[in-house]
Amino acid sequence: MKTSKYLMIGGSLLLLSLFVMPMWNITLKAPQYPDSIGMNIWINKIEDMNPNDIKNINLMNHYVGMAEIPEHMKEFDIFPIVIGSMAALGVLFGFIGNKNLYLTWFILMCILGAAGMYDFYLWEYEYGHNLDPKAAIKIPGQGYQPPLIGVKEILNFTAISKPLMGAYLMFVGMFMTLYAYFYERKLEKIEA
Amino acid sequence: MKLTNYITLFAVLFAMASSACMQSNNNGALGGSAAEKVYVAPGEQDEFYAFLSGGYSGNLTVYGLPSGRMLKEIPVFSQFPTSGYGYSEETKPMFNTSYGFIPWDDLHHPDISQTNGELDGRWIFANANNTPRIARISLETFETEEIIEIPNSAGNHSSSFITENTEYVVAGTRFSVPVPQRDISIDEYKGNFKGAVSFVSVDEESGRMDLSFQIMMPGFNYDLGHPGRGDSHGWFFFTTYNTEEANTLLEVNASQNDKDFIAAINWKKAEEYIAQGKFTTMESEYAHNVYDEHTHTGTSTMKKEVRVLDPTELPGLVYFLPTPKSPHGVDVDPSGEYIVGAGKLSASLTVHSFSNMMEAIENENFDGDAYGIPILNFENVTAGQVESAGLGPLHTEFDGRGNAYTTFFISSEVVKWELGSWEVIDRKPTYYSVGHLMIPGGNSREPFGKYVVAMNKITKDRYLPTGPEMEHSAQLYDISGEKMELLLDFPTHGEPHYAAGAPASLIAPRSKKFYQLEDNEHPYAVMNEGETKVVREGNSNVVHVYMSTIRSHFAPDNIEGIKVGDKVYFHITNLEQDFDVPHGVAMIGANTSELLIMPGQTKTFLWEPEKVGVWPFYCTDFCSALHQEMQGYVRVSPRNSNIELSWSLDGE
Repeated sequence: MKTSKYLMIGGSLLLLSLFVMPMWNITLKAPQYPDSIGMNIWINKIEDMNPNDIKNINLMNHYVGMAEIPEHMKEFDIFPIVIGSMAALGVLFGFIGNKNLYLTWFILMCILGAAGMYDFYLWEYEYGHNLDPKAAIKIPGQGYQPPLIGVKEILNFTAISKPLMGAYLMFVGMFMTLYAYFYERKLEKIEA
Repeated sequence: MKLTNYITLFAVLFAMASSACMQSNNNGALGGSAAEKVYVAPGEQDEFYAFLSGGYSGNLTVYGLPSGRMLKEIPVFSQFPTSGYGYSEETKPMFNTSYGFIPWDDLHHPDISQTNGELDGRWIFANANNTPRIARISLETFETEEIIEIPNSAGNHSSSFITENTEYVVAGTRFSVPVPQRDISIDEYKGNFKGAVSFVSVDEESGRMDLSFQIMMPGFNYDLGHPGRGDSHGWFFFTTYNTEEANTLLEVNASQNDKDFIAAINWKKAEEYIAQGKFTTMESEYAHNVYDEHTHTGTSTMKKEVRVLDPTELPGLVYFLPTPKSPHGVDVDPSGEYIVGAGKLSASLTVHSFSNMMEAIENENFDGDAYGIPILNFENVTAGQVESAGLGPLHTEFDGRGNAYTTFFISSEVVKWELGSWEVIDRKPTYYSVGHLMIPGGNSREPFGKYVVAMNKITKDRYLPTGPEMEHSAQLYDISGEKMELLLDFPTHGEPHYAAGAPASLIAPRSKKFYQLEDNEHPYAVMNEGETKVVREGNSNVVHVYMSTIRSHFAPDNIEGIKVGDKVYFHITNLEQDFDVPHGVAMIGANTSELLIMPGQTKTFLWEPEKVGVWPFYCTDFCSALHQEMQGYVRVSPRNSNIELSWSLDGE
C-alpha cells in the first residue's frame, strides 16, 4: 500500500518540474550559424536558447514571409492551470490510494499529453505555412513547418525538435503512476 | 681488390652521397615538414595572435601564427575609411592633439599588457613616433580606446613599452628639442635641447592612461627601451645615441663616440621623489582622447600641466651604462638579470648584468658623469660580449630556455646565442635586412618559445613584383629545436617595426562578438524602429537623422524637407544582435568615408548637400540576401522651400 502511494504522489509531483525547466527545444543548424540558433519552449513562455536567438530567427524567417514567434499564446495561460491541476489531482488520488484512480489519472494525462502535442503540431503548421504574400523569397510548394519531434531539412537549415528535461521528468512521473497501478494490482492478487 | 671492385665501391659511395644530398634538400625549408607546420586546415584556427606594427600606415595589423594569415587591420593613428575611424563624428576627437586634428602617424612598438611579468592579454599599447602619442587598444573589441599626447617630446620612438604589472607605459624622445619650445638657433643644441622620458600610468581596472611624470634627460637621442623584470623590476632601460649632441649630418657626427649609453632609470626612486614633492610643475598642453564603449563616442580634453623631475639634481634616479656604437635595441632577459645592448654599428653585442650594475652603483665605480648623471664603469657592469655575432645588431628576444635571438640588419640574419656562455648556437639568413623580431611573450618573464617572426625592411624579389613599391616581407622560424628552421615567408602591411604576440587561448575567448544594444548610451541611438525620426534644431540648418539598420533596410528610408546648405547628421544605429552582421552606409556626394556599424553600435556622418535633387544612400556591407535592396532616398529642396521635414519606411 505504502509503496504505490509514494509512487503515485511522487510521480504527480514531478509534473511541477515543468514550472522550473523548459520542456521542448527547437534548434536550427546552418554553417553560417556555428553556435546554432534555437528556442526553448516552456509551459508558459518561449525563450532564447542563446541570447537574441528568437530575434535572429525572426529576422531570418521574415525573408520567406513567416510570422514572428509570438511572445504570448493562449496556451501559456492554459498549460500551467492544467499541469497544476493534474499534479494536485494526482496527489489527492495518491492519498485516497485507489489503484483505479491511479490508472484513471494516467489515462487522463495521456489524453491531455496527446492533445498538447496535437496543439503543438497545429501551431507549428500555422507557423510554417501562414506566409506573408509580400514575402521577398517565395518558393512554390515549400513549407517551413519544423518537425514535431526529430530532424528535418528545411532549405539551408537542419531543424531539430526534441524534448528537454521538463518533459523527461514528466514522462518519468507518468511512468511512476502507471507502475503504481500495476504494483498495487499485483499486490492485491498475491494477497487474494 | 680488383679494379672493378673499386669502381663498384666508388659507384655505391657516390650513390649514397647523392641520395644523402637529395634528402637534405627535401628536409630544407621547402620540404613537406615545413609546409605541414604552417598549414592551418580550413575551419581550424591559428595557435598565436601576432600584432605587427604598421609603421607609416599608422595602424596595427593582426596576424595568425603559424599560418601568417592577416586577420585584421586595427586603425590606431591613421584615418581608416574601411570602418569610418577618424571620419565619423564619434572618432574625430581621437585625432585631436595640441597641434589640432592630425589624421596620420607612424606606429612603431606594440606591447601587450602584463601582470606579474606575464602577458595578461587585456590591452595592447602602441606609440606614435611623429607627433608623440601613446594609444591603448582593447583586446576585447580590437578597437582603439584611448590616445594620450606626450608633451615636451619629439620623435616618440623609445615607446610604448610597459612595466611588468602595466604600472606604466613609457615614452622617450628620439629628437631632443628645446624644452619649453622657443625660438633659438639650432646651433645652440648642446645643453639647451632636452630629451624627456615620460612615465604614463595605467589604471589597473579601466586601463585609463595619465601622464604621471617626465624625467628631463640630456639632449641625446633615446632610441628604444625595455623594463626590468624580477629583481630589476622598478628599473627601466633606454638606449641612447648621438651622445655627441650633434644637430647636423648625424649619420657622421652622431657616430663618433666609441660608446654611447644605456640609461638606467630607477622609476621606483622617481615615485619617491614625486611623493616628496621634488618635482616642478610645468605648464604644457597635450590632448587626452578617450573612446567610451557605451556611448560609442570619443571625447578629447586638453591637459595643462606635467610634473617634471630633474635627474641632474636628484641622486640615484638615473645612471648611464656605457655601451658600444649607437645601440638600438635594449632587451632584458626573462630573469631580469641581463640587459642586452645592440650596438648597431658594431659586430658584437654587449650584455650588461643587473647585479653588476647594482654593485657598481653601491661601490661608486663611476667613470665620470654626463650633466651630473653618473656614468658607470664599463668593465664593472658588463657581463659579457657576444663576439663577431654578425653585422649591425638591432634587437633581441628570448625563448625562455636560456637562449637569445638577435637580428642583424647589415648581414641579414637571425642569430641564436646562449645567455651566460655568450656562444653563438645557430644563424639563419633573412630576406632581406631584418629590423626587429618577435617571439610571442618574448619580452616577458614567460616567453612562448615556439616561433620567431623576423620583420624585414627590404623585400626585392621575394614575391611577385608589384611595381616600385613592395610590402615588407616577414619570415617565420620554428625555434623549438636546437637549430632554427625557416617555415614561412609572408608579406606584411605598412612597415612593421616591432610586434607583440600571445597565445590565442589568452585572447580569443574574451573577444567580443557584438555590442549589447541595451548598453548603447549614444545620445542619438535608437533602440527600435519606432524611435527613428528626423529633427531640425529650431530654425537652424542643423538636422539630425535618427536612423536604424536591420536586415535588410534602413528606417526611415525616405526623407524629405532637407534643404540646400543644411548640415545633416546621420546617426545610424545597427539594431542587429548577432556575431558578424555589420551594416554600412554611404551617401552620394558626402565629403567623408563610409561608416561600418557593428551590431548594437551607433555611428554618425555629416552630409552637407549643395545641390537640389533626390539623392540615394545605401548599405556598403553585403549584409544579407537582400543587401542590394538596402537603400534609401533623401529629397533636397532649395533653401527657401517650405517643404516640411518628413520621413517614412514603406509609407509609414
